[in-house]
Amino acid sequence: MMPRFWPMFRKEFIQMRRDHLTFAMMIGIPVIQLLVFGYAIQTDVRNLPTVVLDESRTPESRDIIQAFQNTGNFRIVAHVDGRPAVDRAIARGEAQAAIVVPYEYPRDLVRGRTATLQIIVDASDPLASQSAIAAAVAVAHARDLLILTRAAGRANLPLEARVRPRYNPGLRSPNYIVPGLVGVILTMTMVLITAMAIVRERERGTLEQLIVTPITKTELMLGKITPYVGVGLLQMTAVLILGRFVFDVPLTGNILLLYGVTLIFIIASLAFGLFVSTLVRTQQQAMQASFGFMLPNILLSGFMFPRQAMPEVAQWLGLMVPLTYFLKVVRGILLKGVGLEALWREVLILAGFAVVLIVASVRRFHKTLD
Amino acid sequence: MSPSAVETHNLTRRFGAVTAVDALTLRIEQGEVFGLLGPNGSGKTTTIRMLCGLLEPSQGSALVAGIDVAVAPEQVKQRIGYMAQKVGLYEDLTVGENLDFYAGIYGFRRATARLAEVVAFLELAERLGQLAGQLSGGWKQRLALACALIHRPALLFLDEPTAGVDPAARRRFWHTIHDLAHAGTTVLVTTHYMDEAEQCARLAMMSRGHLIALGTPAEVAAQVGGRTLEDAFVILQERDER
Repeated sequence: MMPRFWPMFRKEFIQMRRDHLTFAMMIGIPVIQLLVFGYAIQTDVRNLPTVVLDESRTPESRDIIQAFQNTGNFRIVAHVDGRPAVDRAIARGEAQAAIVVPYEYPRDLVRGRTATLQIIVDASDPLASQSAIAAAVAVAHARDLLILTRAAGRANLPLEARVRPRYNPGLRSPNYIVPGLVGVILTMTMVLITAMAIVRERERGTLEQLIVTPITKTELMLGKITPYVGVGLLQMTAVLILGRFVFDVPLTGNILLLYGVTLIFIIASLAFGLFVSTLVRTQQQAMQASFGFMLPNILLSGFMFPRQAMPEVAQWLGLMVPLTYFLKVVRGILLKGVGLEALWREVLILAGFAVVLIVASVRRFHKTLD
Repeated sequence: MSPSAVETHNLTRRFGAVTAVDALTLRIEQGEVFGLLGPNGSGKTTTIRMLCGLLEPSQGSALVAGIDVAVAPEQVKQRIGYMAQKVGLYEDLTVGENLDFYAGIYGFRRATARLAEVVAFLELAERLGQLAGQLSGGWKQRLALACALIHRPALLFLDEPTAGVDPAARRRFWHTIHDLAHAGTTVLVTTHYMDEAEQCARLAMMSRGHLIALGTPAEVAAQVGGRTLEDAFVILQERDER
């Protein structure tokens, strides 16, 4: 069965090994991406540079400023005098938040009037300002409760919600990002590599030579993509090992199952690369098409932005990209430790993608030049 | 009478509004070195590509080794060797690896007697470890010919095989072609070198997609009054374009 698969596979493997630049890219890209994404993507914004205008300069005012600092959201960079100085610091970007404690603050506190603090936040970046705003409100509430509980003569709070963040108790971004990155890297490199590999043969004239031989379409295509399955698995291994040791990302679930599902995802991505190669003529077009495919995958799959926050149309579009399903599986296995019993639907859909894409590209590929 | 190696009847290929090959009817006998002569764009390459099953004819038919190319192109591919104008070698593979690859694709195990035979025939033994991309034009052409010969094809299609090859290597190449023909291989070769056309048993001149002359080099020259083949070619082509 398929006697010409092995010569094709062997040839492709030798070429891959000999092309140092591509090979370095295949291993280098995952490592660089992991470090960049792992360190840069922090959706929980902490340590916002903050200036303080303390008009009252009392123990009470210092106490509340300390409470703000303790949240970790505010990093006090300067104490300033006067409102104009506050506005200037924020306008110039020296600070993104300001805490203003008015002169009347301690007096109002003692007299039982509402004592006001003012928190000014640069909200031009909504993501960055959100957590600061939430933290500011929380600080005031905590203070309110403390004062009211004491006034009511109680030793404890009447009610408390105990939140247990499961699967990622530290709410750490890398735990969420690194598993997803496996999918993003595979989507990017697998599609690009296969699309380029076929188009390169067409550009160099070797495809013409190949299609006058008795090799079948299936032998040609499978022989061409199979060596890259190994590359994909290698990339995933590199990302997981670095994720574990550099970013402390847990590897909770069944790793064997993860490799199995990744294999399916790799095949689907390679098959899509084959399909791209039947649509384009030059390596440049292949590159553009691959990047065009990658963007919706990254934006709509829930890799960076939660799918629940998207408008319905975008959620619906997200269901059409394979990465959406792979992310569910890889996060499910690595963070939650769940198995096939919870993920079989996603695995089936991924297998469906692989089959449909392989059939489509074999049908579109013709052993003629037109 | 043995069947012809190639037989075309009204073979036509159009690309949109352009007719690249126009109702070509030809017959090439077994063991013959047959030349296809014509300026660029006269339809030589399109003809060869149709005979190899790389392009589908728009009209007409072509029998190669007795098989209809439009009906069973894969069966034709078992019996032919093809060298494209732009030689399709893997330049990042060595000479030996290129040969191994094509041997495998044609169903031979590695390091068979056949591979050694082809290497000896084309004197490639000393270059097996060299990267194909570092070979000179002449050696590339020999390697490409070796790759096309591994499966002992009954027919060999060569599309401008000597473009970019130095004169000494060209002479050597033609010796090889004649050796193959003596051994019974039919060779169809396109060229625009007149000295190469002279070496063909018979030739067909093409202009704007159709045949303008057919016969032995002497017969073709005689058509315009016994002058040289080059004169005949120029006169016939001008006559056709008028």
